[in-house]
Amino acid sequence: MKFAICVFPGSNCDYDVYYVIKDILGQSAEFVHYTQKNLEGYDCVVLPGGFSFGDYLRAGALASKTPLAYAVQDFAQKGGLVLGICNGFQILTELHLLPGALLKNENLRFICKDVYLRVENSQIPFTRKIEKGEVLNIPIAHGEGRYYVPEDLLKQMEDRNQIVLRYCEKDGSITPSSNPNGSIDNIAGVCNKEGNVFGLMPHPERASEDILGSHDGLLFWHSLIS
Amino acid sequence: MKVRVLILPKKGLLDPEGRAVKEMLLENGYGVQDVKVGKVVDLEVEDGTNIKELVEKFLVNPLIEEYIIE
Repeated sequence: MKFAICVFPGSNCDYDVYYVIKDILGQSAEFVHYTQKNLEGYDCVVLPGGFSFGDYLRAGALASKTPLAYAVQDFAQKGGLVLGICNGFQILTELHLLPGALLKNENLRFICKDVYLRVENSQIPFTRKIEKGEVLNIPIAHGEGRYYVPEDLLKQMEDRNQIVLRYCEKDGSITPSSNPNGSIDNIAGVCNKEGNVFGLMPHPERASEDILGSHDGLLFWHSLIS
Repeated sequence: MKVRVLILPKKGLLDPEGRAVKEMLLENGYGVQDVKVGKVVDLEVEDGTNIKELVEKFLVNPLIEEYIIE
């Protein structure tokens, strides 16, 4: 599979993603600069984590108005697979490829820690190698990860199975104490109606080798390339 | 033409920055009912620029923010 990794000024997880795709999965990966207007020939586009454009205005807001972002929009509308991790997720919501928005964490702190996630939808290309209800251990690292959508839209998203990941306890139960940032309904990751665009706040690329404490993140990558 | 855009968190949305400032003011003895923290964007643009479009398309996320053009 041929992956494009989007690089904006301030992206900082681009090399981590490259390492996982190239060295762990043995797939093809190329960096794509934010001024590029074309994504033809790629099978999957990854928007990695970081602080694109310094998070100025709002996290992801400036990156979503670049030539590459418009190319991602075009790529997604043609059915291409798009994965947004952390800042990449924020960019996808600002691009309106995913519903909702990501606000400052409820406690106003930057949170960097391992969390448990329950997989709610295992039918999209990003999760098809995972069982529904499976609990994964993957780190988060963000200051603006409080997912928000208005209630009526949330209901529609639930009906369409667009909630992909929820923060949970180790045993999979969804509790207020397992919600690190105040996200509505403990939501950690969502997809679009069609299921070809997926955004999540946790970092699967930081949990893709045992030496890092967990390889649960590999499940997303294996789902993608299977 | 000079334009000032005031951007505030949408009414009803939790504004943790506003809440933190409010708590600080209350602790310092001020009878504050509500605080919202937003941002100001000062623009100098050509006359005739469609400010509303510029603001709504590029500066504000209407899902989570409100704005006032001055």
